[in-house]
Amino acid sequence: MPGITREEVAHLARLARLELKAEELDHFAGQLDDIIGAVARVSEVADQDVPPTSHPLPLTNVMRADEVRPSLTPQQALACAPAQEQQRFKVPQILGEE
Amino acid sequence: MTDLTRLTAAEIAARIASGEVTAVEVTEAHLARIEAVDEKVHAFLHVDREGALAQARAVDAKRERGAELGPLAGVPLALKDIFTTKGIPTTVGSKILDGWIPPYDATVTQRLRAADVIVLGKTNMDEFAMGSSTENSAFGPTGNPWDLTRVPGGSGGGSSASLASFQAPLAIGTDTGGSIRQPAAVTGTVGVKPTYGGVSRYGMVAFSSSLDQGGPCARTVLDAALLHEVIAGHDPMDSTSIDEPVPAVVEAARSGSVRGMRIGVVKEFAGEGYQAGVMQRFSETVELLRELGAEVEEISCPSFDKALAAYYLIAPSECSSNLARFDAMRYGLRVGDDGTKSAEDVTALTRAEGFGAEVKRRIMLGTYALSSGYYDAYYGSAQKVRTLIKRDFEKAFEQVDVLISPTTPTTAFPIGERADDPMAMYLADLCTIPTNLAGNAAMSLPCGLAPEDGLPVGLQIIAPAMADDRLYKVGAAVEAALIDKWGHPLIEEAPSL
Repeated sequence: MPGITREEVAHLARLARLELKAEELDHFAGQLDDIIGAVARVSEVADQDVPPTSHPLPLTNVMRADEVRPSLTPQQALACAPAQEQQRFKVPQILGEE
Repeated sequence: MTDLTRLTAAEIAARIASGEVTAVEVTEAHLARIEAVDEKVHAFLHVDREGALAQARAVDAKRERGAELGPLAGVPLALKDIFTTKGIPTTVGSKILDGWIPPYDATVTQRLRAADVIVLGKTNMDEFAMGSSTENSAFGPTGNPWDLTRVPGGSGGGSSASLASFQAPLAIGTDTGGSIRQPAAVTGTVGVKPTYGGVSRYGMVAFSSSLDQGGPCARTVLDAALLHEVIAGHDPMDSTSIDEPVPAVVEAARSGSVRGMRIGVVKEFAGEGYQAGVMQRFSETVELLRELGAEVEEISCPSFDKALAAYYLIAPSECSSNLARFDAMRYGLRVGDDGTKSAEDVTALTRAEGFGAEVKRRIMLGTYALSSGYYDAYYGSAQKVRTLIKRDFEKAFEQVDVLISPTTPTTAFPIGERADDPMAMYLADLCTIPTNLAGNAAMSLPCGLAPEDGLPVGLQIIAPAMADDRLYKVGAAVEAALIDKWGHPLIEEAPSL
């Protein structure tokens, strides 16, 4: 399998919403290349006819009763917000200004 | 007068119940010990002195009223800083949650409080439980009480170090790839990863949801069992919680025996990379088990050699998704919000500043493994390896009752030695990872000191899912035989600091 380049690391960082510095990109590129080289050995089983396991327990659709229960007050929910306004979370602009 | 910090949890509970000591005296003794040694060890990120004493006073009042006390009432505990605690900071060892005060208690926290276990404070850990040394904490490393220049294991190094330095007789950890067992092994303490789904994950900050499991840490097998029963059991708040009775672990710990048991030695966990002194103590323990009446045979688990590779695809993949919630919008750190930047830019700046190097590495690794074009080759294949590992376990448990191995390939390594070498660090979890991938139960307990460095060696015992009691049955037998051989518990040889 292919190694990982500095440009690919920069792309991954963007996808993962991590604003990395130039020196971090260089450092991580080398390390991620090593790690990916090591974990690539899972491909030895790629051609085997084995079902995948995503989870140790075979559970599906575990539901609890749809009942009204106590919940956090707006004050409690907002207590650790970085910014708030009119009992809401205040966030930076989401859409660009035209 | 007895030093209350040297007692086991079971002894402390008995003395409180009989009125010989009060819960306040016990709590004060442990707070004084923290005051005296934690500057050197750095096991705690936060000590809740007032909360602990208030809880202790309530236990004493309960006793005076003649109310019935639980089996661990009044016993102090160190809680890994990954469990939410209402009104008390919870950082997960990360700057991104520095200053966050959770508005709710984790189920584990609730159960500890309901059982009158005294929560002394929150312990240090690798950031988001990613690491094997506690060096990845944003708040500085923890020292191993056996040698403060060495790591106490990770991610739960604060919990293991608090036990080995007698700052608490009980602690809670979480184990995603070995974060309870590996710290236990390198600090000469006992740690158990229960069956996946055995202990609620509600309020336990998620790293890799299909692998994460909370569990008990202690200095004795019985103490771990008593704590196991307090925290385990079905929780409707966790959809992956098993709705079945908790295995009778306390009963098993009280009736330790291996007579007539079939025990398998995992063949793959030996050879290159395994320290001579670790293998020597392990071999002696195998002989001891034979002397105690067990039938010991070698068992091959051929897929285990791919477990580490599968783990470092699955865990980062799940982590990249779980940690997406740290977006700087509703809680935690927010950086660069000067009114000109978009929400997306603020998120990226905050995550770059709030997360440490290992967390960033794993998020990017997971993002890579899940990206289109690579998904089948990496994540898909890793899931197949997971199936093969489950099959290896199923086959093994048709032949034996439990499997054993060294818990870690080496004893505690020096702080700094592997800090910027991820692959070297990952090898510390070589023997513990298969159990997380398959979801069954495992324990680590001390089996001696390595002759070459005088540091603790851990024995790992692995049982099938929902057979956690077997760990305690075997563990208690080994522990009793070793105490008999040495004349005292191993932990008594730890430096007094």
